[in-house]
Amino acid sequence: MKLANKTMNIFFIAGLYLTVFLLDIVPGVPPMLLTVLKKGVIFSLVAVSMNLLNGFTGLFSLGQAGFMLMGAYSYAVINISSSLKPVVYQYYSPFFNFSLTEVLGNALGGFGVVLGVTVSMIIAGLVAAFMAFLIGLPVLKLKSDYLAIATLGFAEIVRALIQLEALAPVTNGSQLLRGFPYFRGIFIPFIIVGICIAVIVLLINSTYGRAFKAIRDDEIAAEAMGINLASHKRLAFVISSFFAGVSGALLAMYQTTVQANTFKSAMTYEILLIVVIGGIGSVSGSCIGSFLFIACSEWWLRFLDNSNNNIFGLNILRSGFRMVVFSFVIMIMVLFFRKGIMGEREISSENIVKSVKSLICRIKKGRCNER
Amino acid sequence: MDFFAKWFPYFLSGVSVGGQYALIAIGYTMVYGILRLINFAHGDIFMAAGIMMIYLTGVFPVWLSIVFVILLTVLLGFAVERVAYKPLRQAPRMSVMISAIGVSYLIQNTVAYLTGGLTKQYVEIGWISDVVTVMGASTKRVTLITPILTLVLVVLLVFLINHTKIGMGMRAVSKDFETSLLMGIKINRIISATFIIGSFLAAVGSVLYFTNYTGVTYTSGAMPGLKAFVAAVFGGIGSVPGAVVGAFIIGICETLLKGMGLTAFSDAFTFALLIVILVVKPTGLFGEKLTEKV
Repeated sequence: MKLANKTMNIFFIAGLYLTVFLLDIVPGVPPMLLTVLKKGVIFSLVAVSMNLLNGFTGLFSLGQAGFMLMGAYSYAVINISSSLKPVVYQYYSPFFNFSLTEVLGNALGGFGVVLGVTVSMIIAGLVAAFMAFLIGLPVLKLKSDYLAIATLGFAEIVRALIQLEALAPVTNGSQLLRGFPYFRGIFIPFIIVGICIAVIVLLINSTYGRAFKAIRDDEIAAEAMGINLASHKRLAFVISSFFAGVSGALLAMYQTTVQANTFKSAMTYEILLIVVIGGIGSVSGSCIGSFLFIACSEWWLRFLDNSNNNIFGLNILRSGFRMVVFSFVIMIMVLFFRKGIMGEREISSENIVKSVKSLICRIKKGRCNER
Repeated sequence: MDFFAKWFPYFLSGVSVGGQYALIAIGYTMVYGILRLINFAHGDIFMAAGIMMIYLTGVFPVWLSIVFVILLTVLLGFAVERVAYKPLRQAPRMSVMISAIGVSYLIQNTVAYLTGGLTKQYVEIGWISDVVTVMGASTKRVTLITPILTLVLVVLLVFLINHTKIGMGMRAVSKDFETSLLMGIKINRIISATFIIGSFLAAVGSVLYFTNYTGVTYTSGAMPGLKAFVAAVFGGIGSVPGAVVGAFIIGICETLLKGMGLTAFSDAFTFALLIVILVVKPTGLFGEKLTEKV
């Protein structure tokens, strides 16, 4: 029975990926849908990585935007094509004179490009993870809201430092970076994010994951059970930052440009709201939350911004109104549906079958034999 | 003498910035003392006060607008507490913090909608933005008024906390929430009063702060809000005199750093200070020691 569930889950996921693949190759798909899927999948990775900290380990960290920024910059800096370097680094002489992807691409052809992008994404993650390790040494000793403020402060420091004149040969100061390889279509980000989330899920279901949950539920009891608090917290923090860095690199590819000013604390807040909407402590919830969040803010509520839709001659609908309505919806969610969409449950084929069955029963108004 | 002539203007404006941070920081520190909540929306309430001022001066004379701004900001702070924090009294602390972040998001988006996302020119308030000369340094009059006004307000506030009934209630609630409930203290009234005082000071602070700047936009509240929060933590969160001292120290250090030509570092400095103080002495300069209960 257990095995059957597992196979069904695999089929379920394979079906999802097939749909995505079809959407990618079939012409005539609305471009807005593709944008939402692309941005949504990137945010679902960073939301899951934040959930690993906030939901599974109970560390309330607000440094996600800072780690994404580290990842995005590392990816961009080592990959800007050498022909574009003089244009991008208009005022400075670039510190890195090569482009990793180009070097590997010239040596190994198409495979080299793939390898280059993969390696640079791993580097992006490692830079963020290393930063997390350093910052974690002092910061992780702090408790709940002090930790939140310290990590938020860290993200702001990173954003300020990266725009320094002294670092400009590497980071191009406050000017934007562009000219690095990026993906077309939506299938590649889905694959990358899928692998990353799978790793996180495996981690959550391992001994480490159970230790994280124990720490979340009761630190003192967990310590008494022989769990090393400091090392487990550091592990969760570093791994979460690694994936935040990877998603930062993906975001850089999505935007095709990188600029420090886009990674403000408002970004961390948005990621946190995604996690809350999806359900703190649910991986699939974070994914659903992220797609819903992006779809609402970018697409479904768009009509509220169009001043041609006003009725009765009122001038209520104009640019920006969509975000007002959207934040109202979020406030209602936060106040009245505190568990989010999924709570702590996960989506699996078994649960879907169960809920469909009970729905059918309710429609028939018959008696349902549970189990 | 040369040294003095170079640094005195920076020092002066540092004291003034510090006073403005102090007015915001008190709101943070009082709310944290009572609810154990970082009120992320406080910086945005401060910014909303600046925006209200701009719109109100279009209709009313300046002095009347200031009165209205203070009243409306107080009302906003009160409403935010009632709508977004009160329903979550029994919820875990994290939910309340998330709700505060939601409110901050809502206020920012609403202001962005109302202003069209543009930077609005702040009003010239005649008398306080006149240029005066103090000991060879010419500055706006607001620079001199801010620290004095701040100190007067803080003295009044400390008097209120130490010598009135509502102040006694505040002290009791911040000491022990449940016991003060059992002692018949009307908790909701005390909490509302705290938010009202905090918003009042933020409104005063916004008039003083934005006079020094050309414009207000929907993100203007975030940075001063965060810095004021750092000041509150630095001074020991929950303590009003601590917040004021912390704010003055941060304001002065920041402007001196700017004077040395390290503008990019001035923001980073504030947060580096925060991390250092949190690690070395998490209770801040004047904070009470918290004991952990199992």
